[in-house]
Amino acid sequence: MSLALQTFSSVKDANAALQAAGTRYLGGGTLVVRATNEGDVSVSSLIRVNDPGLSQIAVSGGKVRLGASVTMAAIARHPELAALAPAARAVGGPAIRNMATVGGNLFAPAPYGDFAAALLALDATVVAEDGELPVETFLADRDTNRAIVTAVGFSLPKAEGFRFLKVSRVKPKGVSVLSIAALLELASDGTVTSARIALGCMADRPIRALATEKALLGCKLTPQEIAPALAASSEGIAPITDPIASAWYRAEVLPVHLGRLLSN
Amino acid sequence: MAKVPVQFTLNGSEKAEFVESGATLLHALRDKIGDTSPKGGCHQGTCGACSVIIDGELRLSCLTLAETCGGADIKTTAGLAEGGVLHPLQRAFLDAFATQCGFCTPGMIMAAKVLLDRTPNPSREDVVEALSGNICRCTGYEPIIQAVLIAARANSQNAA
Repeated sequence: MSLALQTFSSVKDANAALQAAGTRYLGGGTLVVRATNEGDVSVSSLIRVNDPGLSQIAVSGGKVRLGASVTMAAIARHPELAALAPAARAVGGPAIRNMATVGGNLFAPAPYGDFAAALLALDATVVAEDGELPVETFLADRDTNRAIVTAVGFSLPKAEGFRFLKVSRVKPKGVSVLSIAALLELASDGTVTSARIALGCMADRPIRALATEKALLGCKLTPQEIAPALAASSEGIAPITDPIASAWYRAEVLPVHLGRLLSN
Repeated sequence: MAKVPVQFTLNGSEKAEFVESGATLLHALRDKIGDTSPKGGCHQGTCGACSVIIDGELRLSCLTLAETCGGADIKTTAGLAEGGVLHPLQRAFLDAFATQCGFCTPGMIMAAKVLLDRTPNPSREDVVEALSGNICRCTGYEPIIQAVLIAARANSQNAA
């Protein structure tokens, strides 16, 4: 089987070429080359863009913009992105992190896509040539979206306000049983004034724990006060079943791990 | 089938080869150039047996397309020994019985080399983290971790 690889210097030209049937965008290769190695014959042609702008990280005034080709390793070692490092380090081993990109992670099917869960909790904006979309909308439509993602943008969370957890059975690294990202704002007395929580592996793509977010408002982060929020975490979930864990198991352990992440 | 030319530096020597469009770097190294030190294990990015160092960074050659490596500086385990003298990591892997079937060894050594190049005196946790993308089905990992720590000590003694 032969794959044609075309390299473009501009996203505009690449977007035009990507409209052809059987064409996929090649980022770090950890998803698409994996698929072709496995014999995915639906891919006959690959497109990539070598514009260095796609690999840039910009942090200023509390705003972050990550080019779509920025790797997990680049995020994990960036001094101003320490709050995101746990989520970036959750992806793969060192070699995968040197290859896997922000843009690619947005398309990674569960149980992959741990970083996308973090972006969902951060209410990131997904940038393409023809405009921007909230990450939640982007994820919902990603199967039909054919435009190349060029960047993601979000407000830099305070380290103590952003929590991330990936649960895997193989230590230190393994595929996700689940992942949880939480962006929390607390009042001076410790009550939750704002909560945005994203779950990985609880559907075929990251989803928000809307009922939990609502139930957390006004609570202090003690085991007693967050109990109703944990009980609500199963609302709206449809966990995947794969060789790592069954849907039943994932649903059973979600409140346990969510409780550990939220309790101080 | 379309062939594309690729040129890169492999272990210090210039290589030029025609590969099929879409061929992986692993295929180019093993089947075109004849460097069989990177191994094809899972071809899925899971096992790490195909790990090579591209421009100083650990990468998986099974998920890297050869034609994206034009002008790159590629290092494999085959290039580590100098004039018949084994690299300290290779020596330590032998001395510590860190290799049994040997299939994972070149990938392990590449991952360890990147670690020691950046962190000459790693902690045990650093070693475990650095090898976390490489799977070994024989040793139970402990001798491998020990071998990397032994190589690090040997390096720092040589430097002192």
